[in-house]
Amino acid sequence: MRKIRTYQDVTHETGSDLLEQVVEQQRRLAERLAQVRSVVAVASGKGGVGKSAITANLAAALAAKGLAVGAADADLNGPSLARMMGVSGARLADRESGVSPAQSPSGVRVISMELLQEEEDAPLRWREPGMGGFIWQSTLETGVLREFLGDVEWGKLDVLLVDVPPGTDKIGRLLELVPDVDQMLLVTTPSETSRFVVSKSVRMAREATVGTVALVSNMAGHTCSECGHVSELFTGDGANRLEEESGVPVWAVIPFDPRLGAATDSGTPLVISDPEAHSSRAIFALADRVEEHVGIRAEDAAEEGGS
Amino acid sequence: MKFLCLDCDDVMVFAERQIPGDGTLAAVFTCGSCGREMAMLTNPMETQLVSSMGVKIGGREVPMQPMELARTSLEGGREDAFALSEDIPREPAIPGESTNAGEATAGRVVWTSEAAGRLERVPSFVRGMVKRIYSDWAREKGVSEITPDVMDRARTELGLEGM
Repeated sequence: MRKIRTYQDVTHETGSDLLEQVVEQQRRLAERLAQVRSVVAVASGKGGVGKSAITANLAAALAAKGLAVGAADADLNGPSLARMMGVSGARLADRESGVSPAQSPSGVRVISMELLQEEEDAPLRWREPGMGGFIWQSTLETGVLREFLGDVEWGKLDVLLVDVPPGTDKIGRLLELVPDVDQMLLVTTPSETSRFVVSKSVRMAREATVGTVALVSNMAGHTCSECGHVSELFTGDGANRLEEESGVPVWAVIPFDPRLGAATDSGTPLVISDPEAHSSRAIFALADRVEEHVGIRAEDAAEEGGS
Repeated sequence: MKFLCLDCDDVMVFAERQIPGDGTLAAVFTCGSCGREMAMLTNPMETQLVSSMGVKIGGREVPMQPMELARTSLEGGREDAFALSEDIPREPAIPGESTNAGEATAGRVVWTSEAAGRLERVPSFVRGMVKRIYSDWAREKGVSEITPDVMDRARTELGLEGM
């Protein structure tokens, strides 16, 4: 059998320029994110645990503390962040340096697929062949997420929050684009099922190069607004068990509050409309933890480089 | 992906790309030693896989535009999602932050009313992107005024059919 040189053996350029274009995409993304002190992913792996509502409220809380904050809705198929931040229908400006994000009333710069879609009830669909979507759809959506992060004129930010959709694969998708995510907040509920699913995300985050990983226990009990009695919504102690098993700390315990959902439905996060609510105070405490860790990774890297 | 001329044991080099408009693509590669040519033909799915990466075989005529992939791939894009920068004054989100008010003044090109009218017919979802492509081309060529004729020249040179 004749010996044919392998791909790796052939080192000459082919002129197809594909690798060079991919490298250029990565360069643009890195250049944009160089203006961001901390990329903070709000993820879970589990659906329905309140990631987007926490992202919206955390973004507003950080902005209220005086930080420059951006929020990218990585959930292309079920976008909700624009609505929750009160920027539905906002127009994006084409500028020399990129596309300007929407500006929420709470001072957060927002990008979401909702801002690009004409019809409210339209599922996300792409042009091109109707067949074989499973082959290229993930590639395309990763590319669009890269554009959300890299082509939006974020400006100088202290924190860029990324609302990551359910599924550990979506966490992996983000980490491929942004390997040096500074903080990853993994949202769970007290339920055992949630603990089981989120444990996979904990492992993924810890095996990656994420700077700091922390848990957020959401819907942790309901306080009666009349008598103050606290009742449990879920049996189990998922977040604490996960903390004990993995060593990943719980940074926030956020009680269930129907007003939190109502506030985000109206486009005004609860931390703005009622900053004294139990849930708001828990989210402000979370914002304190996030702020404490902003820039730590960069400072550590600078120290290592200087030593 | 590389093509090897087995007779010469030499890598074949990209020479030409053709897009017939049916979702397929033809890319011609040539052996630098013996001159043999071959065409790589991709079906619509394969073509889409490559374009989903935001890359073009053989390189790009114009630089990647901001959110180009989303704008050219999304079905049902919102007609008024994007506005030209001059229609939306930029407000600093951070006190004291520059608004880049003069960002487009350097090497500015003027659009004649006829050219602007033609640009108006481009769907607004991609209009800003198209405007920038023409403006960049004009600046590069030292053209200070964009007319329909200039647009035609740019379109032909850059292979921008439909813009």
